[in-house]
Amino acid sequence: MVKGRIEIRSESCKACGYCIKFCPKNVLDFGKDVNPQGYRYITMVRPENCIGCATCALMCPDAAIEVYREEA
Amino acid sequence: MEKKVYSRTIGINDSISGFCPGCMHSTIHKFIGEVEEELGIVERLVRVEGVGCCGLGQKYVTHDTTLAPHGRACAVATGLKRTSPDSIVYTYQGDGDLASIGLAETMHAANRGENISVIFINNAIYGMTGGQMAPTTLLGMKTTTTPGGRDPEKKHGYPMHMCEILNQLTAPYYLERVTIIDPASARRTKAAIKKAFQYQMEGRGFCMVEIVTSCPTNWGLTPVKALDFIRENMLKEFPLGVIRDHGCEKSGSSETN
Amino acid sequence: MAKVFMKGCEAIAESAVRAGCRFFAGYPITPQNEIPEYFARRLPEIGGTFVQGESEIASVNMIYGAAQTGTRVMSSSSSTGISLYSEGISFLASARIPAVIVNVARGGPGIGDIRPAQMDYLQATKASGNGGFRMIVYVPSTVQECVDMVYEAFDVAFRDENPVMILADGVLGTMMEPVVLPEMKSDAEVQSLKDAHRPKAIVGHPLAERALAHPGNIGEDHELRNKQAAAMYETWQTNSLRAEHFMDEDADILIASYGISARVSKAAIRDLRKEGYKVGLIRPLIASPFPYADYENINFDRVKGILDVEMSIPALMKWDVEHAVRGRTPIRECLRSGGNIMTKEKVLAEAHALIKEVLG
Repeated sequence: MVKGRIEIRSESCKACGYCIKFCPKNVLDFGKDVNPQGYRYITMVRPENCIGCATCALMCPDAAIEVYREEA
Repeated sequence: MEKKVYSRTIGINDSISGFCPGCMHSTIHKFIGEVEEELGIVERLVRVEGVGCCGLGQKYVTHDTTLAPHGRACAVATGLKRTSPDSIVYTYQGDGDLASIGLAETMHAANRGENISVIFINNAIYGMTGGQMAPTTLLGMKTTTTPGGRDPEKKHGYPMHMCEILNQLTAPYYLERVTIIDPASARRTKAAIKKAFQYQMEGRGFCMVEIVTSCPTNWGLTPVKALDFIRENMLKEFPLGVIRDHGCEKSGSSETN
Repeated sequence: MAKVFMKGCEAIAESAVRAGCRFFAGYPITPQNEIPEYFARRLPEIGGTFVQGESEIASVNMIYGAAQTGTRVMSSSSSTGISLYSEGISFLASARIPAVIVNVARGGPGIGDIRPAQMDYLQATKASGNGGFRMIVYVPSTVQECVDMVYEAFDVAFRDENPVMILADGVLGTMMEPVVLPEMKSDAEVQSLKDAHRPKAIVGHPLAERALAHPGNIGEDHELRNKQAAAMYETWQTNSLRAEHFMDEDADILIASYGISARVSKAAIRDLRKEGYKVGLIRPLIASPFPYADYENINFDRVKGILDVEMSIPALMKWDVEHAVRGRTPIRECLRSGGNIMTKEKVLAEAHALIKEVLG
């Protein structure tokens, strides 16, 4: 299983929910914290499931997600 | 060994875009930035910005930018490209800008075969001014100026199909309609922008990418619900596909996602 | 310098070419069609670009775009067409982009009359578009002045980073006169002028050197830009006030006129002088900024009246003359319109009436 990880620019997240909807592994959800813009920015709720496919980053309008992948 | 597989493009700056949550203007700016990096044209790219929400982009993108008077982006781009042929010039226009007030400039730049790329954002509504009827507004769609819904019986007219209208002209080289409602269509949109820029680099002439998008704010839907509205309503009126591609052997095929 | 015999419109176009103009966009409208036609033939010979716009609106926006690459640009139209330029001129002024715009004026309002008139004075000098910007407006009265002013206008446009207008009329555009044409700028000079503009040009730059032409902005930035523009307009008080004084040293009657009407007025003044009347002329060569200061040098103990001569009904430049005179002497109007060119006889008749009124 490929292992992935994302970094979230929490201040850029507007909580549109696209990344949550399109993540194939249900890694993401809205967090409890609110950013200075007033949005409940996303967080990795199941980080262990992330495969680094970057679908979340592709769909994120605000380029708030950067993706890393463990390569063998 | 960990590798970075998706980076924030240098085509946009570190600020937070001025667009609403889920607004695909942000997505498209990101894609334009990624494409300019991939094509190695960061130092050559010139943006001619339409009026409306499009105008929020100038503080977000990092390449040279000018703002056209409302509707005139294709005329401004004509002047820029003719006098700076090495620049890669694209217009960034909404439906009101391109298909209403700027219809003449769009049609005639297309008819001259100007070597420019037009990025046309069609979300069927005026966003910046607060949700009025656009030339592309769907029949029955409620807007602030069609409170009972767009109704041809009330002489509101019908949605205008700009790719198909421009397809009546001889000169345009590439016309495609795309959307961003799932990962596959998002990739397709980015590829279409890339193709339009590549064709300009090859001197092929007028190219337009029409991107069917949402306006969650003025549609009164959440961003995710607005995706469903695009799929179920917008794409029925504005079918996706390559309307014309003179650079492809399958020219004229109605390829869809 | 050899003189050549040229039509006003063509002389304007050739002068622009010699000043380094390498992009022209325009839309047909009488009486200035010879300008775009001349550029269509001439620009391709020297590596320039001519585009026939689909409208005046498109044309002014094409030069707005082309000017942003540092290219010297021109567009021309006439009166009702210039009205369609308003938004574009306002954008040029707002984004501080140099361009030269020629109005070969015709009658108005509305579609008016294709024949000559001077009815665009206030539009040209006071409000060529929204937003309170100012623009230098040259008002030639001969084909030679058209040539000289066009040539200079490009340098002035780049000096100020602002649009400049040549307000001619249908007489000047269509008449032929002998002219001395200015020197042709070399290709190298034209290129170096363009290169000098490159840091600001909207042509693509490395990230750290990004160029942004913004005709609009918000808040403090916008107010700052308004202040910067206003400070630039103020410099015209020292570098761009220009008027001709003709036989006015001893005059007790002055004619205030400009352009082709002033030329007709001069003929009338020569006749009036022969009749023994001390009549002179003050004529702005640049109508915006208006040479108010020239009126401060008038001895109003001697000058008993001013005759405002214009091909416009109602009188338009008279507003500026009134502002300059501030009630210190009476002003009489001598006006024609409807495509009727001002005549010496008309000026003589009105001058005699004024003389009778104020000198008895």
